[in-house]
Amino acid sequence: MKTSRWKMSLVGALAGGLLLGSQALALPEGVDTVEVMAASKDHPLQEIRSGWNYRSPETQSLQSDDFENPGFIWVEQGAELWETVEGTEGKACATCHGDAAESMAGVGAAMPKWNEKLGKPINLEQQINACRTERMGAEAWKWESNESLSMTTFVRNQSRGMAVEVQTDGPMAPWFEKGKELYYTRVGQLDMACANCHQDFYGQRIRADMLSQGQSNGFPTYRLKWQKIGSLHRRFKGCMKQVRATPYKVGSDEFLALELYVNWRGQGLPVETPAVRN
Amino acid sequence: MAKSKPRVKVPKKADKGEVIKIKTLISHKMESGQRKDKKGELIPRQIINHFSAKFNGETVFEVDIQPAISANPYMEFNMRAEESGEFEFIWVDDDGSIYTKKQPLEVS
Amino acid sequence: MKEITRRDAILLAVGLTAAATLPLPALAAESAMDELKKFTGGADARESGRITLDMPEIAENGNTVPLTVSVDSPMTSEDYVKRVMIVASGNPRPGVATFHFSPRSGVAEAATRMRLAKTQDVIAVAEMSDGSFHMAKAAVKVTIGGCGG
Repeated sequence: MKTSRWKMSLVGALAGGLLLGSQALALPEGVDTVEVMAASKDHPLQEIRSGWNYRSPETQSLQSDDFENPGFIWVEQGAELWETVEGTEGKACATCHGDAAESMAGVGAAMPKWNEKLGKPINLEQQINACRTERMGAEAWKWESNESLSMTTFVRNQSRGMAVEVQTDGPMAPWFEKGKELYYTRVGQLDMACANCHQDFYGQRIRADMLSQGQSNGFPTYRLKWQKIGSLHRRFKGCMKQVRATPYKVGSDEFLALELYVNWRGQGLPVETPAVRN
Repeated sequence: MAKSKPRVKVPKKADKGEVIKIKTLISHKMESGQRKDKKGELIPRQIINHFSAKFNGETVFEVDIQPAISANPYMEFNMRAEESGEFEFIWVDDDGSIYTKKQPLEVS
Repeated sequence: MKEITRRDAILLAVGLTAAATLPLPALAAESAMDELKKFTGGADARESGRITLDMPEIAENGNTVPLTVSVDSPMTSEDYVKRVMIVASGNPRPGVATFHFSPRSGVAEAATRMRLAKTQDVIAVAEMSDGSFHMAKAAVKVTIGGCGG
């Protein structure tokens, strides 16, 4: 039975064009994603697919049960931190934002967003730290620290099932263009751009592995390879290393622009955080 | 935050004689003792080496665990519900830490 | 108790099975054998069909491979499964885990997630309350790289 489901999803991936806009996958309880979505006219692809579709039934089933999904360890830790008072102002996240289920619903789906004060976009990791340093009088969390990952995962989880929707016009436009440029710029010894895998060959195998569209709707994601949850910028770094390029730094303007552009490529996909990927 | 956090999923109620499914997960890196760090030195083993489930003090399920069990170890097993009482789940770490979690069960 | 078809059942010494079917470096195979012998005390383990070892044919990543083992047993105080040992014949260290059941288990079934260093056979051996041993094997292909692996 497992085998046949896997084969079916393979067939589904290959016959993607035909299934366009048709049925949503009959998903196990707890998973909110879609098999395939028609892309907008200005999108370079005709269809948008969550990385969920390219994973084996075993990996999918790890995600589809909130108890079995190990990413929920970080969601729970984030929920605790949400209530934890820290810093000179004697505040917790909850002091200002109350119940995260209400106040944070949709927040993670719309990041990065324009920050007038900084004069540039800010993503979720950075916004959390801005709250800590500016409002709580607490120290910023290090990128990829357990605390940063926990809070980012927890906040983004409050948008699970909601559509990714980032602003790309107005002051965001130059950042969007920068991200787009990075996406199509060949880098590294292998001389490859993001698009060379994730636009040109998604749904096909790279050695033993199935290439996805490189969508960001499941991040922070529990990766089997990492054996823990990790940020989108960590994944960007991994991709760059794999094409033998010198990666940009996590939290850099380059990755921020790329995050904006990659999120836009998945505009409309439901947030799956915490997704499980290989 | 570095401390391990156990999670368990047990039904709150069961009929007498019913076989119930229990799922457990604990956050842990499960360092195998076979990996090397950047200097080429062996990273010492640190794993959860034993898991047990007690019900009203009686051990109903146990696992001897080796480094080949994945990070954030997951254990799923069953128990026949006979009387109301309390589960105690116990994870033993190589470093001597013991993590426990209790959960009541009502049997009618 | 359910009648078991023994037509296809092969009675094999655990050691013979390992040597005959596992294309492994001698050392790893030997130590997997050692683990099994230690567990059975040298007794034979039959591939009787009483154990089901459910694992994916292809593991997407060797770090986290789901495993479910179940043994056909009434799980009464007279007739139950005492222990089930899991051995990964191709891992640097073959030991994985040993599950201890009791009649209280109701069903002799357990699930976990394990690490596999490469494509190999995973072996489950069960010790029954009557002192007999049964075994099952699952061949799992482990895919390596790509960018995911």
